[in-house]
Amino acid sequence: MTGEQQPRALLYGQAGLWASLRRIGALVRRHWYVTLASGPRVAELIFWPLVSMLMWGFLQTYLAKTTSFAAHAAGLFVGGILLWDILVRSQLGFAVAFLEEIWSRNLGHLMMSPLRPLELVAALVSVSLLKLTVAMVPVAALAYLFFGFNLLSLGLAFAAFFANLVFFSWALGLISTGAVLRWGMGAESVAWLIVFLLLPLSCVFYPVATLPGWLQPVALALPSTHVFEGLRALVMTQSFHSDDMLRAFMLNALYTCVAYVLFRHLLDSARRNGTLVQIGE
Amino acid sequence: MHRVEQPVPPVEVRSLTKTYGEVAAVCGISFKLEPGSVTALLGGNGAGKTTTIAMLMGLVIPTSGLALVFGADMARERHKVLHRMNFESPYVDIPMRLTVRQNLEIFGRLYGVRDLKERIEAMAKELRIAELLDRRYGKLSAGQKTRVSLAKALLNEPEVLLLDEPTASLDPDTADWVRGRLERFRDRSRATIVLASHNMAEVERLASRVIMLERGRILADETPAGLIRRYGRETLEEVFLDIARRGPETLAPREAAQ
Repeated sequence: MTGEQQPRALLYGQAGLWASLRRIGALVRRHWYVTLASGPRVAELIFWPLVSMLMWGFLQTYLAKTTSFAAHAAGLFVGGILLWDILVRSQLGFAVAFLEEIWSRNLGHLMMSPLRPLELVAALVSVSLLKLTVAMVPVAALAYLFFGFNLLSLGLAFAAFFANLVFFSWALGLISTGAVLRWGMGAESVAWLIVFLLLPLSCVFYPVATLPGWLQPVALALPSTHVFEGLRALVMTQSFHSDDMLRAFMLNALYTCVAYVLFRHLLDSARRNGTLVQIGE
Repeated sequence: MHRVEQPVPPVEVRSLTKTYGEVAAVCGISFKLEPGSVTALLGGNGAGKTTTIAMLMGLVIPTSGLALVFGADMARERHKVLHRMNFESPYVDIPMRLTVRQNLEIFGRLYGVRDLKERIEAMAKELRIAELLDRRYGKLSAGQKTRVSLAKALLNEPEVLLLDEPTASLDPDTADWVRGRLERFRDRSRATIVLASHNMAEVERLASRVIMLERGRILADETPAGLIRRYGRETLEEVFLDIARRGPETLAPREAAQ
């Protein structure tokens, strides 16, 4: 007999969906207290998306006055940067929430608590969504105010773009946090840089056809590339390429599954190599 | 005829081994702990105490052998029993930016503690941290932090409590107070406590059994008084120094003399 079955009057049941939701909620609450209830930290979340949106927005305004292409493709730059920031902020939200546990030397307590690995991932996903909302809602509103670009006017296409980008960000988040679990803080830079490595390949501001032929299949293997191709099609020709989005969803499903398996493998590897108890040193 | 089922020991270690490449941190140790006992793991740096505790928590997977808690293999099924355990170590912090109350609330939810507010208030009163509840953990002194960490460790009324040098870097008065609290918890809860410590006075006061480790092997396993007798010394500290300075071979001649 193992102890799971023994009644503990002091504690709620540990199995089932509600118990899982309670543990996930506990970790989300921890990040709410640290980040989202702090004015300076919320300002920090908004700062970079706001700066890049303003920079690309003014560039687009300037180009629209000087080139017919830019005048025709109003919203391409602002839309591109807003969607790119959704990917970046979501991935960083996930990874930084995990890094917070290492910076505060709290990972040992979490790993020793009844929190399951899948619940840890679910909590990081929830925290990244919360941070993304806090960062992007005001920035998207300001994009409309300054440049007349309404992200929501993309309608259902926006929902497809958004879903694909956040799914992809979680797959990247899983890989980067797995790397930190296995190799310690030496791999911290992976968490910060992994998404920027994909910036040139995601073709945020130019069509995939711009890339050399041999690089195009690599770019098309990224769900983000399909999103930005889709955005360009929508802005330039007012057409929504559903097959592109479907391809992105399939790629995301594959990458998320692979990333979770990799995360679990790296976690177990960290337990085998003893690095889990040394993280932060 | 009915077969009499043997009660599952709260903690059992069978031929537990952990190697990192060529280095053996723990070499085939075995022991079983009784419910309600306090067992000290003693040994110098690198003796294998922390690795053993990490394997009991399931944070490190053994190379071979088993670390069992309430019969659950901690390498594979630790989530069956983690809610019945807790640990405290000055080397593992809780979030600095949160207040003490927020921290206890989060850990209480992770462990699924019922009537959490009342439980936190009761713990705060018991551990004299009521006035600290709304202060940030990072702003507290070392002694205050230890009291809060202890509250976290006792929040779920653990049946197995792992303590890694619980009074390290505390002044004598605070350390004495912490030991007193641990004694009260031991007497009240009948929890099984595993204590890794370098403080021999602490071990003599709290532990009913000492497992002395040296280079990953068990050198001695008996009561503190028995260990002192065996080595023909006055205190456990003298025994520890004997082993540290003269090596484990000091054990053999004295045993032979007896």
